[in-house]
Amino acid sequence: MKRIVPIGPYHPLQEEPEFFKLIVEGEKVVDLEINIGYNHRGHEFVAQKLTYDKITFLVERICGICSDSHPYAYVLAVEDLAHVTPPPRAQYIRTIIGELERIHSHYLWVGLAGHFIGYNTVWMWVWRYREPLLDIFELIMGNRNHYAINKIGGARRDILPEHYGKIEKYLDLLEEKNTMFTKAVLDDPVIRARLEGVGILSKEDAVAYGVLGPTARGSGYAIDARKDDPYDAYDKVDWDLIAFDEGDVLAKAKVRLLECFESIKIVRQCLRNMPDGPIETRVDEIPPGEGIGRHEAPRGEVFHYVRSDGSNMPVRHKIRAPSFMNIPSNVVAVRGYSIADAALVLAAVDPCYCCTERTAVFENGKKKLSGNDLLKLSWQKTEGLRRRYRR
Amino acid sequence: MKKEYSQEVLDEIGARFPNASVKIHAPRRTYISVPREDVYEFAKFLFKEKDCRLSIATGIDKRDGMEILYHFSHDPSGTYYSIKTLIPKDDLQIKSLSDFLPAANWIEREIHELLGIDFAGHPNLVPLLTAETWPGDLHPLRRDYADEHKELRLDKTKEDR
Repeated sequence: MKRIVPIGPYHPLQEEPEFFKLIVEGEKVVDLEINIGYNHRGHEFVAQKLTYDKITFLVERICGICSDSHPYAYVLAVEDLAHVTPPPRAQYIRTIIGELERIHSHYLWVGLAGHFIGYNTVWMWVWRYREPLLDIFELIMGNRNHYAINKIGGARRDILPEHYGKIEKYLDLLEEKNTMFTKAVLDDPVIRARLEGVGILSKEDAVAYGVLGPTARGSGYAIDARKDDPYDAYDKVDWDLIAFDEGDVLAKAKVRLLECFESIKIVRQCLRNMPDGPIETRVDEIPPGEGIGRHEAPRGEVFHYVRSDGSNMPVRHKIRAPSFMNIPSNVVAVRGYSIADAALVLAAVDPCYCCTERTAVFENGKKKLSGNDLLKLSWQKTEGLRRRYRR
Repeated sequence: MKKEYSQEVLDEIGARFPNASVKIHAPRRTYISVPREDVYEFAKFLFKEKDCRLSIATGIDKRDGMEILYHFSHDPSGTYYSIKTLIPKDDLQIKSLSDFLPAANWIEREIHELLGIDFAGHPNLVPLLTAETWPGDLHPLRRDYADEHKELRLDKTKEDR
């Protein structure tokens, strides 16, 4: 007998609410329907009514977690359109902030994934070491989030030499702790049993659905805008692309944890080789034409397309966030797994998965399963595994 | 090395699609204008033979028609090939790519509801972003939408007075 488990549609903690309709047979998920648009804010329409410099601040408000990635891609698009190259120091500053943001976003995911499988220790730990990073953002830019560092033709704020030491000190701490997390998470047999072989997205499906970021790299589809189409300082530093072939949740978790090491490497090199000089070039006029900007955000490539007719406002501004491509792939990734695993699989592409709390199972109009019940189901499965491993 | 690959692709495009006109904006940004009838085959050529990935599509309401851009990314060379096509306003339809490209499914639904372009052969062309109660013939990203909206508001204020 088929039943429907609705997940969503809205959670106040999340900036992109979505509605997952799991179609289940007993414990097994046989199909998934996804519905979005509960919080459509019409950014593309609003952007056509604003001047170029104001749009930077508008697109910064699209996402709260990766608030650097949209303005970054936007300024790259306008710079491509106007054939402007920012000065080297600005390029390094933007790269540093982009990478620090990747660390804090990946840590957010690792913490939440830990919470969903019932490892609240992982959650508390990881977020404990994410906190000093937000302090560094506040130190450099005056804000824990919404940094407003990007500007067409450069950066809005400089990183002062007296801040280098503090950033380096934090990176040392982070490297030590990240080694600890990676070992703790990957060596734990229970976590392995929960994540390994679950929610497999094959490479063929990854290509067909056009998935991006860690979701693609976990499925052996090694794409990364920083390597493929290097911008700013990414081709001036030495780093490796992390990719795994398995396609399961464990592979995606490994990609995210190991990418933090690469981000540390990039930030260190940028700080050591930081050139002196101005942090912006003046851009007075935007010529008619079109431009594409792509930035590798923590969740994948952010794409911005800007078309200008020579006036001070764009004719069209297309915004594509990575989750727009990643979420549809859940349909194939979740099929055939249990409800307890669905919680994790849907979270693996890193949309905010807090929607679970709004879940309810309805049968003949009667409520059967609440959001907390789903979380409990997941926790019970982990608890069962734990007991088995203890013996 | 990267440049050579691009040139190779461009030569092949010129040979196989004589109606396509190529504009190179920057080393890794190429725009190709293609007539509406060729878009499906062209996209298939980029996706199946050239291993490009569909990044996204953009719909634009222009004076002389609706323009659709399919942005394809060729990741080994980091090049963006954007297929451009113009659809006349009295016949707003184009062949859907979603039968061989699942990635096109959502964005075609989005363009359909925001600009009112029909994608022939799309399996599930229902609104993606707008609310269930939103009237299906009102397309918010069209140029004339803002004017209509203004009229509605003006009428209301008149009544209120």
